[in-house]
Amino acid sequence: MSWLHLAILSPFILAVFIPLFYKNFRRIHTGWFVFPLPAVLFGYFLHFIPMNQNGDVYTKTLKWIPSLHINFTAHIDGLSLLFALLISGIGALVILYSIFYLSKAKEALHSFYVYLLLFMGAMLGVVLSDNLIVLYSFWELTSLSSFLLIGFWYERKKSTSGAQKSLVITVFGGLSMLAGISLLYIITGTSSIQEMSSQIEVITSHELFIPALILFLLGAFTKSAQFPFHIWLPDAMEAPTPVSAYLHSATMVKAGIYLLARMSPIFSDNAVWFITVGIVGSITLFWGSFSAIKQKDLKGILAFSTISQLGLIMSLIGVGSAALHYDYLDDNFYVIALTAAVFHLINHATFKGSLFMIVGIIDHETGTRDIRKLGGLMSIMPISFTIALIGGLSMAGIPPFNGFLSKEMFFTAMTNVMEMDIYHLETWGVLFPIIAWIGSIFTFLYSIILVFKTFTGAYQPEKLAKKPHEAPIGMLISPIILASLVIVFGFFPNILAYTIIEPAMSAIAPQLVQGGERFYINIQFWHGLNLEIAMTLGVILIGILLFVTLKKWTKIYDLLPEKFTLNNLYNGLLKGIEQGSKSITSFFMTGFIRDYLVYIFSFFIVLVLGTMWAKNAFQFNFSNVAPIGVYEAILALVTVAATITTLLSKSRLTAIISLGVVGYTVALFFVLFRAPDLALTQLVIETISVALFLLCFYYLPQLKRNKKLTFRLTNFLISLGVGVVVTLVALSANSNRLFTSISEYFLKESYREAGGKNVVNVILVDFRGFDTLFEITVLGIAAFGIFALIKLQLERRNENEKQ
Amino acid sequence: MEVLMAIISGILFMAATYLILSRSLIRIIIGTGLLSHGAHLLILTMGGLKKGTVPLLGENAASYTDPLPQALILTAIVISFGVTALFLVLAYRAYQELGTDDMDKLRGTEDHE
Repeated sequence: MSWLHLAILSPFILAVFIPLFYKNFRRIHTGWFVFPLPAVLFGYFLHFIPMNQNGDVYTKTLKWIPSLHINFTAHIDGLSLLFALLISGIGALVILYSIFYLSKAKEALHSFYVYLLLFMGAMLGVVLSDNLIVLYSFWELTSLSSFLLIGFWYERKKSTSGAQKSLVITVFGGLSMLAGISLLYIITGTSSIQEMSSQIEVITSHELFIPALILFLLGAFTKSAQFPFHIWLPDAMEAPTPVSAYLHSATMVKAGIYLLARMSPIFSDNAVWFITVGIVGSITLFWGSFSAIKQKDLKGILAFSTISQLGLIMSLIGVGSAALHYDYLDDNFYVIALTAAVFHLINHATFKGSLFMIVGIIDHETGTRDIRKLGGLMSIMPISFTIALIGGLSMAGIPPFNGFLSKEMFFTAMTNVMEMDIYHLETWGVLFPIIAWIGSIFTFLYSIILVFKTFTGAYQPEKLAKKPHEAPIGMLISPIILASLVIVFGFFPNILAYTIIEPAMSAIAPQLVQGGERFYINIQFWHGLNLEIAMTLGVILIGILLFVTLKKWTKIYDLLPEKFTLNNLYNGLLKGIEQGSKSITSFFMTGFIRDYLVYIFSFFIVLVLGTMWAKNAFQFNFSNVAPIGVYEAILALVTVAATITTLLSKSRLTAIISLGVVGYTVALFFVLFRAPDLALTQLVIETISVALFLLCFYYLPQLKRNKKLTFRLTNFLISLGVGVVVTLVALSANSNRLFTSISEYFLKESYREAGGKNVVNVILVDFRGFDTLFEITVLGIAAFGIFALIKLQLERRNENEKQ
Repeated sequence: MEVLMAIISGILFMAATYLILSRSLIRIIIGTGLLSHGAHLLILTMGGLKKGTVPLLGENAASYTDPLPQALILTAIVISFGVTALFLVLAYRAYQELGTDDMDKLRGTEDHE
């Protein structure tokens, strides 16, 4: 157990003690006990930065299931460190914010912080695990803790349905990922990512490569809310706002991006990867930003905005994989896409986190998040307005904030696509910059709507539940820190470039930096007039134009009827599956015992006949059979006649008597076939059985005594089939005797070994005495059962007592 | 001889299946009775019906019939008797408590689905 393992497991350990703190220190907000942990973790992860800058990695292994090669290997490289810093840093800020956001008196704080700590530990586990099985375990733990956090206010119906939806979709993706992991394990024989990376040639040439890739992509797309799996994210906004800020903007939704970036060395040198990731990301970017505009809830806007921005990062990772096709580092200007992806990932976490917190503040201070009721809060909440403005403009991609820089790099990366000479990009590649540009216009538009519809315009105090005022300073600390980071990264982006982005890129595309090379990123060339600046100007101009004319064109959102939305499809699918399985079940589970017997017999017939046909078992050989004697022939006739009488008899008495006739002829058969003990037993038992039947018959109802058996064709066909199958199997088995019986031994040794001349009896009590022991047990149990059935009549006794 | 016995067993199985598929509880039990007869005859047949003396060593014969299937059948007869007896009493009690022996009516209530 190293310090690194302890760091990953520390949130789980603390989670155990949270309820104790909550119960014993009621006067102190439980969040204060949680806050130090992520802060310390953040400091701990910071000290890896110098090591990381030199391109070194840090690996520690803890044995878990060594026999299956599953070990808890913690691995820190540039990518892991970036995410670990995001998780612990924003985690600390979110917990600080939640201390002021959640009421000590009203909320179940212990549950909240236990779930949050579980989530934090799981997330650290995801990004720091080198073993895919361990990664998967933590991955599902993030789904589970996210489910718990979304459903935190479990008495609200929307919370529980949102939680259910997110769980269904993310676990679907998680299980796909598990399948992908299994395929990779089959290919490589290891579940360690580092060991897989050394076998890239083996993996890419394997026939299971594409299925594994697609399964991994499914996992990443569902977790990161990519089209069409994005529908869970807007519904997850029912969670408390600190949760939305932490999970659904900064960390969990980026787990999919982390996964893609992490598996990028293995998968990315492939057209399927480039096309799928690039196109799905672009569609998500467009659809998310387009849908954000029609939202009336501030958190709804932010949810779709998150979807859109994740799509942006996703498309950049997809496009960035093209850099690998040009095997040189110097002058490889396709690398810019990966830089932009990593840079925007950080930027998005900063500005989206602060925006969520501001929305939470607005909700907290005014009592509503509905954009139609809000307005004119600028003078009442000046600090919140400033932070929202910084975050909003950064999101829109306006200078001098960090969003501007990453957006410029995004445009550069997307325009580069047209110059690639792979995958026929010279023809359809032009779609990438166009979608990017249109998506950016909508992004600009919803950012402006978010900020200006809330803080400017008419102040409508009559629509607000509370009298609004500026938030307490404690609540503002976290968004202020994040907004300052937005500005700092905007002006001094290279603090990040050298320390975080370069090592992270080496982890995403290690193929490019073999032989001691390193990435050299310099985010300074944003001066100068070029195509990207022109695109940004276009975004701003058209965006403002659209904002001014907003009322005139928003009707287009009504063109898409409710019926054709993805949510409707999802609900229909769930409902359909439920009703479909219910109707299938009620179709064959009829409750009639006859139907079940029909299934059983039919399967018996089909399976046995099918097997015999497939194995060519219809080979009959009658050379070995004994001759038919006269007595046997007569007895056979009697048996058949009695059987048919049983079958066709109109009264039950006839049936019982003819059953007795069958039993006695069977006893006579035993006599003819030289089995005296059998004949004796059969005679006695048949007598008792018939007596028992008659006893029952005597007590059976009068009304249906002579009712004719209803003839059913299916019954007849099935019973005919069973009879034919039994005969065929018997004949076939009799024709293929493979070895002689072991009875020679019994006959030879019966007297010598056991001292008995009746071989059957010696077998029963000596050679195979155990059978007899348990046969006696069976009889005993039957006797006790009968006794209990007749004597124990609890219901009737209770009734008597009542009377 | 084996061919004939196989056919008789088949007929017994056929009749048994037909009775088991019927609605009346007592017919189902009669069906199980026929089924066990069929199975016992089948075991005996599959053991081989070559003529020989009864497997009693005092007979001093040149060949005996196979004693092992006989021992197996003896066990099976006793067990099927126990089970049949229990079934019969169960049917008797079911009729006493529920007032019907019609399997279509013995379906349980809708709540039990």
